[in-house]
Amino acid sequence: MNENSAVIEISDLNKWFGNFHVLRDINLSVSQGERIVICGPSGSGKSTLIRCINRLEEHQEGRIVVDGNELTHDLKNIDAVRREVGMVFQSFNLFPHLNVLENCTLALIWVRKMPKLEAENLAMEYLHRVKIPEQAQKFPGQLSGGQQQRVAIARSLCMRPKIMLFDEPTSALDPEMIKEVLDVMVDLAETGMTMLVVTHEMGFASQVADQIIFMDEGLIVEQNTPEEFFNNPKSDRTKLFLSQILSH
Amino acid sequence: MTIDNNSNNDKANQNIKPPPANTVGIIGWIRKNLLGGWVNTLLTLISIYILWLVLPPLFDWALLNADFSGSSGKECTTNGACWAWLDQRINQFFYGFYPPDSYWRVNLSLILLLPALAYILFENLPYSTYGRWFALSYPIISAVLLLGGVGLEGVTTDKFGGFMLNLVAGLAGIILSLPIGVVLALGRRSKLPLIRVFSIAFIEIIRGVPLITLLFVAVIIVQLFLPPGVSLDQLIRVMIMITIFASAYMAEVIRGGLQAIPNGQYEAAQAVGLGYWRSMRLVILPQALKISIPGIVNTFIGLFKDTTLVIIIGLFDILGQARLLQTNPDWMGKVDHETFLLAALFFFIICFSMSRYSINLEKRLDTTNK
Ligand SMILES: Nc1ncnc2c1ncn2[C@@H]1O[C@H](COP(=O)(O)OP(=O)(O)OP(=O)(O)O)[C@@H](O)[C@H]1O
Ligand SMILES: [Mg+2]
Repeated sequence: MNENSAVIEISDLNKWFGNFHVLRDINLSVSQGERIVICGPSGSGKSTLIRCINRLEEHQEGRIVVDGNELTHDLKNIDAVRREVGMVFQSFNLFPHLNVLENCTLALIWVRKMPKLEAENLAMEYLHRVKIPEQAQKFPGQLSGGQQQRVAIARSLCMRPKIMLFDEPTSALDPEMIKEVLDVMVDLAETGMTMLVVTHEMGFASQVADQIIFMDEGLIVEQNTPEEFFNNPKSDRTKLFLSQILSH
Repeated sequence: MTIDNNSNNDKANQNIKPPPANTVGIIGWIRKNLLGGWVNTLLTLISIYILWLVLPPLFDWALLNADFSGSSGKECTTNGACWAWLDQRINQFFYGFYPPDSYWRVNLSLILLLPALAYILFENLPYSTYGRWFALSYPIISAVLLLGGVGLEGVTTDKFGGFMLNLVAGLAGIILSLPIGVVLALGRRSKLPLIRVFSIAFIEIIRGVPLITLLFVAVIIVQLFLPPGVSLDQLIRVMIMITIFASAYMAEVIRGGLQAIPNGQYEAAQAVGLGYWRSMRLVILPQALKISIPGIVNTFIGLFKDTTLVIIIGLFDILGQARLLQTNPDWMGKVDHETFLLAALFFFIICFSMSRYSINLEKRLDTTNK
């Protein structure tokens, strides 16, 4: 596939929760290998936007095409999209009744139909990549938040997705653990993974993002390269947001 | 380095003291559990007093002063219990009116039940693949054994009775009510209105009617709707009703468990591409069933005790057998307590085992501090 072709193409996306208009006329195109950071105040629709990309939320208007599959009610397309898209949640959402290795192999065995041994080898490889192979036999409840989030990243990566979505992956973590998770994400970015990251870690954003998107009240207010975004924000709302977030 | 370590160790060793003698061992246990505070001490004393009032006389009555032989109640002359009937009647208490030369069929199906249960309840047994298949086919095997067919002489269900009848009806109900309950609980949370409305209506109607009413419906009213000449075995009707009744309660118990699972679990399962059914089977239900274990076992125990209601279709389960003996002229007035005591003992053994197993299972499934 050619470098500039869009793997995610969102056009005129609108979404309502009841009467509440959460996403308004969103247009976004993400090309292969591109890393996009999405930020904005609480309630601006960031989570909703990226959850639409793997159909955890349904949109009502507009088109979302992921890797050539348009998201509609067609379950086949939804499955096809989810096969290409991994997701990491703010609250980790590991499966507490399975140990770390089983968390990683579950979908490989049941969705990819991979033999158990092969799945375990693959899972161990990714646990090495997130630097916790020694925790493979533990249960999620016995790990620290940072370790859990790294397992969650490994669990997604095992499925060999083309695109990774991150919804505030570090906001539930203590400061010491944020770095270990961000390090793993930086490593991942260096492998050329297409990433959409909702985060307020502006250091991370300026280090890896190709584009930063600022959302407010369901609109994409500003979209720019990190340099322009930080040094030369166009809208007043962006300036206000940056001043609040950088003063912390 | 080594020296440092050693001196550290020494220091650490110096600070390690055994816990005070009166906080560990038997004395510690007694102090903590029986004599902790004056309320507990008082309760302990009252309990000991009550036990002292109840146990010695009970022991005297049931064993020391009891009569164990004789062919009728008149031969029980002591003021203790009369167990003389056991000799003649214990088989009826257990097998009902099942033909005596076929008792081995009941025994065999009971003996086969043990490995079948073991393969379902415990992990890490040898030959587990064969074992699971055996456990799955056990209901058919035991149905053939009990009812006959395939070369065995047929036995109709009106010959079933005694504790065996309670076991058959109870086990069938337990095996069926759990999966039906799961389906109803999922149905009640379904996004499809038709399925949801059906599940809610089913659960609420069944829960709103006493079991005894359902049994009368099964016995009397169902016959009116069956085409003439068709009849459905009475025992099967009753088992269906007991199962349906327990399923409605089971569904609510499991729904409680499902509601306790955070939505993020379902979303994470969806995100890695497990569809609805696999998400439920592999991620949601294992967790929901685990937290529902106490409620599930509660329902099982209730169901098992409800099997004594088969008396209304004229079958004599273990309680029926007890009543039969109590009204028998030979034994009248002599065996009222004894027969009920035996029935209670049988039920207690089964229900208590279920409860112990559920505690063991909860501990085994606890993944938070392994
Ligand atoms: N399932 C839902 N039903 C109704 N309203 C919802 C639902 N989910 C989100 N909302 C509302 O939609 C708006 C956008 O929510 P969203 O979670 O996308 O915000 P966000 O930008 O991710 O905020 P945060 O930074 O707090 O995570 C919020 O006002 C929220 O209350
Ligand atoms: Mg959010």
